[in-house]
This record gives sequence, C-alpha cells and structure tokens, in this order.
Amino acid sequence: MRRIDALAVAGALVVVVTIVLAAAAPALSPGDPIKNALLERLTPPTWGREHPLGTDTLGRDVASRLLHGARVSLVVGFSAVLLAGVVGVGLGLVSGWYRGWLDDLLMRVGDVQLAFPLLVLAVGVLAVLGASLLNLILVLGVTGWITYARIVRGEVLTLRERDFVAAARALGATDAWIVSRHLLPNVLPPITVVATFSVARTIIAEASLSFLGLGIPAPEPSWGAMLDEGRNYITTGWWLALFPGLAILLLVLGINLVGDWLRDVLDPRLERGL
Amino acid sequence: MRAFLLRRLLHAVFVTWGVVTVVFFLVRLTGDPTFFLVDQSATQEEVAHTRAMLGLDRPVVVQYADFLAGAVRGDFGVSIREKRPAMAMVLEHFWPATVELAAAALVLSTVLAVPLGVVSATHRGRPADHLSRIASLFLQSMPSFWLGIMLILLFAVVLGGLLPAYGTGTWRHLVLPSVALAAAPLAQNVRLVRAGMLEVLGQDYVRTARAKGLGERGVIYRHALRNAALPVITVTGLSLGFMLSGALIIETVFAWPGMGRLIVQAVPGRDFPVIQAGVFVFALVFVVLNVVVDVLYTVADPRVRLT
Repeated sequence: MRRIDALAVAGALVVVVTIVLAAAAPALSPGDPIKNALLERLTPPTWGREHPLGTDTLGRDVASRLLHGARVSLVVGFSAVLLAGVVGVGLGLVSGWYRGWLDDLLMRVGDVQLAFPLLVLAVGVLAVLGASLLNLILVLGVTGWITYARIVRGEVLTLRERDFVAAARALGATDAWIVSRHLLPNVLPPITVVATFSVARTIIAEASLSFLGLGIPAPEPSWGAMLDEGRNYITTGWWLALFPGLAILLLVLGINLVGDWLRDVLDPRLERGL
Repeated sequence: MRAFLLRRLLHAVFVTWGVVTVVFFLVRLTGDPTFFLVDQSATQEEVAHTRAMLGLDRPVVVQYADFLAGAVRGDFGVSIREKRPAMAMVLEHFWPATVELAAAALVLSTVLAVPLGVVSATHRGRPADHLSRIASLFLQSMPSFWLGIMLILLFAVVLGGLLPAYGTGTWRHLVLPSVALAAAPLAQNVRLVRAGMLEVLGQDYVRTARAKGLGERGVIYRHALRNAALPVITVTGLSLGFMLSGALIIETVFAWPGMGRLIVQAVPGRDFPVIQAGVFVFALVFVVLNVVVDVLYTVADPRVRLT
C-alpha cells in the first residue's frame, strides 16, 4: 500500500507541475511560441542555450511551444470530461430512476454511439463545426457521456430498491430530492475514478485529433499538432517528434497513477487494470 | 441460445442502422462535394448538372430512402472521387490490409499477454512483476501514433533501415505498425490476466489441484488460467473494436493502405459514399465481434447461460 501511495504522490506531482508550468507558460517560455524565425530553423536541442529543446521547421522554440501546448491538453482534457460527466451522470440518473421508454431510448443511442469509431465521429463532427478549442471540447465531451450514463444507471437500478430509498419516500421525499440527495452521493465515488482515467484518455484523443489536423488551428501550439509536424522531419529533426510525445506520456502517466490510487481508495470493487 | 442469438441479431441490425443513419446525415452537414468536382469557372448550370448527376439535388429524405434501399443490397453508391463502387473500394482496403494489421496486433496483444500476466502473478511483488507492471503503465499512457513514430525513428532511421517505415508487402512491413497498434491493448491484457490469476490462485480448487500432486505448470495453465480468461475475452473483443478505430491513425502514420486511411482521406474530400460504406463496415465488424464475445463466454465458462 505504501508503495502505491508513493507512486500516486509522484503522479499527482507530475500533474500539478504540468498545471503550474502551463499557467506560467508566457513567463517561463524562452522564446515566442508562434513567431517565425526562419534563420534559426531546425536548431538541435542544447542545454543551457537559447533553445534547450531546439527549434522547429519555422524556427520557433520547441520548449515554448510545449509549455503553451500543455494549456490545450489540460483545458480540453478536463473540460471535456467535466462536460461528459455532467451530461452522462444526469442522463444516467434519469434513466435508472424513471426507466421506461426514455431509458430504452438513451441506452440504444448509447449502443449506436459505441459501435461508432470515435475518431470517425469526431472527424465528421469537426468537419461540420470547424476546428476550434471549443468544438474540440464539445466533440470529445459529447462522445464521452455514455460511459458515465451506463455506470450511473447500473448503480441506480440497484440503489433504487434499497431500504433507505423506500424510507426517504415514506417520509414524503420528492423524486428530485431522492435522486440528488440520496442517489447522487452514492454514485460519485466510482464516477470519480472513471473520470480520472477519462481525462488521461481524452488528452490522448485530443492529441490524436490534432495529429490528424483537426485540433485547434495552426499556428497555435498543441502537442498533437507538433507531433504531426515532427513526423515529417524525423530524419532531420528527431527532437520535434520526441519531446511532445514525452510530454503527453508524462502527463497521462501521472493522471493514470492518480487514478489507480483513487480506485484503490474509493472503489475497491472496480476491477484492477480497468 | 437460439432466442438469445435472434435477439442479439436484431440488436446488431438496429445498431448498424443507427450508425449508417447518423453518418448519412452527418456527412451531408459537412457541405456539398459538388464544388470539388467542377472547376472554378463553372457556370451555375454546370454546377447544377453535376449535383444532379450525384443525386444531391433531390430532397434529403428521398436520398436517404434511396441510400437505405441500396445499403441492404450492399450497394453504397459510387465514389465521388474515383467513380468506382464505394463498397468495393472499402473492401479492397479492408481485406487484406486492415484485417492483416488488426489480426497481427490482436495476436500480439493476447498471445504475449498470457505468459506475461501469468509470470507477473506467480512472481507477485518480485522484480519480474514490478517490471511488467511499470512497462504496462507506460504502454497504456502513450499515444499509439507516437509510439509508431518512435519505432520508425529507432528502426528505420537510427538503426539504418532495419525495418521498413512505410508501405506494405512483406511481413517486415507489418512489424512496426502492428506493434504500435498492439501496445496499449497488450498492457491492458497483461494487467487483466495478472489480476484474474491472483484472484484465482487463492481459490480452493487450485489448492486441491496442488494437493493431488499436479505440477505447477498444470495447476496454472489447466486449472487457473481458464478461469482467469473471462475478463480477457471481454476486453479483447472490445479492444478489437478499439484496434479498428486505432487503425485509422496508425494506418495514417505508416502509410498502410487500409480502410482507416481510406476513410481519413475521404472525409476532407467529402466522398460521401466511401465514408458511408467504410463506417458501415466498421460498425458491422464491431457488432459481430460483440456477439462472438458473448458466445465465447459460454465456451470459456460453461456456467454462463445465454438467455
């Protein structure tokens, strides 16, 4: 147990440090993340110099772009999961509590959505809406609701038969009161665990979409888009593809470690290795 | 069993219908492909003529009815770009390229997961276990396409072309993309096998098997593993769906001529029939896999009854 805690602390530290670095990006950046400096293009990384992680094909400082790119990953990751969580928990509560046709409809919609390759759906929706930070959050948020809805619905279906619900009803509690005061607190622990892992997965999904050119439009830096640029210069500028990927790996690893710990603490029933 | 299969079949048809319907309307919202086909100086009559040839001048409801009538016969129309039947194009890319890639990744991610997970469980708390858990954590935390790029960097660039980075043809072309695609599901499977084995190894029947003098290998592979297999079957079924989806991006990274890359390229070109046919095949494979997973349950665990 103690070893797991140490890993969780390390994970939390990575996440916190990333958030601080992202927040302080303008102050910490050694260079301008957007302005071109064509004379300095493809400078290899040198520690202690002006460009510690090198420059890209337009001469922009890679370290600065990484710091600013962290903002996109974090904002999209957390906002999209928040959106998916609120929508999914809400619909799951309604679905499990009232059952009936609404329940059937929502679960069938969910089935269809799960059979849809997420990337195809996202590619299609972003092609309609246009690529922007807000649309990225919307797409990744809306495609994520079904996981939460299913878990919450399953929990509510068993909770609603429990004595404390019958007792609350006997005392004259309204549906809204029972759902919000009695059911919601009971479903929050497993949801917190799932949401934590979802942030990690959403950050990877955002990077994938940016990699395919559907993220926030250039020249605004994002880790996925940086990887897309780096992929084409793999023989001449290995650092372009290495560092953004390492950044994603570290942040996602940190979040997953926190998630592992949360699962052990909050919801021992959840399968390990989910 | 028969009633179960019938119900699942109906459900599968419903899900597939839902997916093609969503994609039908979704692609029409992305805009009109007519302008990609006529040159800039085209007159309004020429544009209208092209649009009529594509059948896009008709009311959407009529287009949809026509689309459904064709789809049940396997006719998804003609590719706007290539002027060939869209379904034929999708199937050419699906078989063998995408199937080859997905199958190789599936074999890698399951066949390797069993020994790794078993060793991790039987050596719990020892270096082999720690190593496998740390490796799993890392593999699950990296984007597959970045792993792909790093594999290209290592094997095709640094090691001077030990393995080819792009293209298809020999088994050597298959190595890097399938490893990139298999990494995350492999890590997940190792963790599942480990967790399942740890749970099972404490059970009475394992003690009985040991007590009657069965060798450790027999205990693990004949008695324990079979009972630890259920979660792996579920996740493998799901991860095949994931792999098809992941193939979208891995195929793009490795210029693998599969269905995923075909769809990614068809979206910006608004090649509606190709997108529709491709997503239909995706959904169909996914729902069929889900039924197969359910049936495999009964094989792995006779206590499971399908009702």
